[in-house]
Amino acid sequence: MTRPRDYDSIPGTYVYDAERGRIGYALNMFCMSLNKAENRKRFKENEAVYLDRFALDAEQRRTVLERDWLGMLRVGGNIYYTIKIAFCDGLTFQDVAGMMSGVSKEAYAQMMLAGGRSPEGNRYKEQTPAETKRG
Amino acid sequence: MAKIVAGIATSHVPAIGAAMDRGLTGTPYWDPLFKGYGPAREWLARLAPDVAIIVYNDHASAFSLEIIPTFLIGVGDKFPIADEGFGPRPVPAVLGHPALAWHLAESLILDEFDMTIANEMPVDHGLTVPLSVTCGQTKAWPFPVIPLCVNVVQYPPPTGARCFKLGMAIRRAVEQFDQDLRVVIYGTGGMSHQLQGERAGLINRQFDTAFLDGMTRDPLALARITHTEYMREAGSEGVEMVMWHVMRGALDENVAEIHRHYHVPASNTAAGLLILENRSPA
Repeated sequence: MTRPRDYDSIPGTYVYDAERGRIGYALNMFCMSLNKAENRKRFKENEAVYLDRFALDAEQRRTVLERDWLGMLRVGGNIYYTIKIAFCDGLTFQDVAGMMSGVSKEAYAQMMLAGGRSPEGNRYKEQTPAETKRG
Repeated sequence: MAKIVAGIATSHVPAIGAAMDRGLTGTPYWDPLFKGYGPAREWLARLAPDVAIIVYNDHASAFSLEIIPTFLIGVGDKFPIADEGFGPRPVPAVLGHPALAWHLAESLILDEFDMTIANEMPVDHGLTVPLSVTCGQTKAWPFPVIPLCVNVVQYPPPTGARCFKLGMAIRRAVEQFDQDLRVVIYGTGGMSHQLQGERAGLINRQFDTAFLDGMTRDPLALARITHTEYMREAGSEGVEMVMWHVMRGALDENVAEIHRHYHVPASNTAAGLLILENRSPA
């Protein structure tokens, strides 16, 4: 596939394109299995054993077991899928968004109440602070 | 002859549905959002359409990455509510309109839109939240629904221009149907939001306002917005707004804005709602 893509210049953003789709399939299909109540129960009973049913690599397993939400995106996780792990944990989308952007739950909620993260300074990697550059 | 009488665009944020399901709509957090839905509900109750086409995206509910249809139409007579990972929403099952849906499937494919056809599938918050927002809490939805799914989960979604043309083809097909039906079409998703990465929480009120304005004034210009521009300006999940173009393409060139509502935040998202009625002479 052709690189770079024009969206690669957007900071802090992991576009679920062909490349991520290729590496993330097993990880996301594990997440998909959590749509079933009996699978959620079995996952919570023994996460490591449950994960053996899926062809995750070592780093993908680590990100799931450690709930490394950003790490999951870097190894091919798709947010619409990985969020199902968070639902299993009783977390909300906003909880996880706060964790991914590296601020407390309260600080994130306050940012949203104040109108959200501004696009100013967040459109291109070169204009953003180092901590939001990855993606 | 069937006819598309109006279009509704609305965000489909899951937390909005959850707020309704848990009786939280009057809380200080949610009240300003739900107040803006009142006029839309009154308008829709007066309009009393015979059927709704709801353009939305599935969020890893009916479809996984196993098979990813770009455009899909549900032709079944009933669509159950999906378990998205926390149990199904406590809302009524959605009844379909197989006669019109099959007619649309045939017409669209012969009109060069290669639809995937689904006889059975559950529907998720992408479809049920727009129904809840515009119909309120009810024991049965007031009209049958034809689900029309657009992939926005695996990059790339179809372009805005392609979505607009699909809307035009839907209109042609509806107008060839041999029953007198008044049809309303929903475009759902958006507005600006980013759910992932270090940039999560991005909101762009200026972009959203221009988008809401442009839906009436210059929809063809909006339909040319690229995926990268949506993602950069309106957040990575803001690209869902391509689905609004399907709705807009199905309406007249001239439309009147009947109602608009915009509120930040609904969880991580800027929630928008727009009601458009056709204004070209019959």
